[in-house]
Amino acid sequence: MALFFYIFAAVTLFGGLGVVLSKNPVTSAFAMITSFLGMASLFILLNAYLAGIIQILVYAGAIMVLFLFIIMLMDVQVEEKRQFNYGIIGGGALLVGLFVLQLIGVLKNFAAGGSEFRGLGDSDKSDVHSIGELMYTDYLFPIQVVGVLLLVATIGVVVLSKKELK
Amino acid sequence: MEITLNHYLLVSGLLFAIGLAGVLMRRNVIVIFMCLELMLSAANLSLIAFSRFHIDGQSMPDYKAHVFLFFIITVAAAEVAVGLAIIVAVFRARQTTQVTDLNSLKN
Repeated sequence: MALFFYIFAAVTLFGGLGVVLSKNPVTSAFAMITSFLGMASLFILLNAYLAGIIQILVYAGAIMVLFLFIIMLMDVQVEEKRQFNYGIIGGGALLVGLFVLQLIGVLKNFAAGGSEFRGLGDSDKSDVHSIGELMYTDYLFPIQVVGVLLLVATIGVVVLSKKELK
Repeated sequence: MEITLNHYLLVSGLLFAIGLAGVLMRRNVIVIFMCLELMLSAANLSLIAFSRFHIDGQSMPDYKAHVFLFFIITVAAAEVAVGLAIIVAVFRARQTTQVTDLNSLKN
């Protein structure tokens, strides 16, 4: 288990680094897919099977294909001569460094997080069953709201993609 | 060494930091958008880790976090669709995806 965790965590993090560091947006998109696959594996290591599958289907399957289509449509060239703005790079690095320091500080003082994961009990229900039950009872209204949100997003995209906005 | 909750939280936090670095430092608007997705996804990882850690009376994970993750992914998908439509509209008007070129409101 520990070995798998380190492998998949490395895949996730290096995929993320690839997104930020690569010059070509298409390479960024593929690095992002790698990162999402690593993260789906981490979900499955945490016994969250449905979450892992959704991560692959929705993120790696749907969202990243959308990104690739847009990159293809816009015919984005590689940023050839990119002059570094050292102010932005330095400021960003400072902020991110502070964030990581804060993160390490918090995790060092979080004693409960240092204990191991307890084993799961046996259940005749799959996790899909339990999640679905929760979704369609306690969270029924939020589900409806999310449906409306998706409708609004669809209409918004159609309006935005019209040739001329009036 | 056993894997603990802190390991997962560290991975999640580092991924968030990488996404933050991308948003702050890159100038291609598509890459900035991808890094935003990376940050959302990093938050999902800590949600699921806490869900696995917080075991209820029947020794099952806390499935509320999974429902929450479902909502986050849905909102992220809607956000990507609208955001990319806006990027395409901007590209049509200005023929650029570099945020430094979009400075007509400056000065």
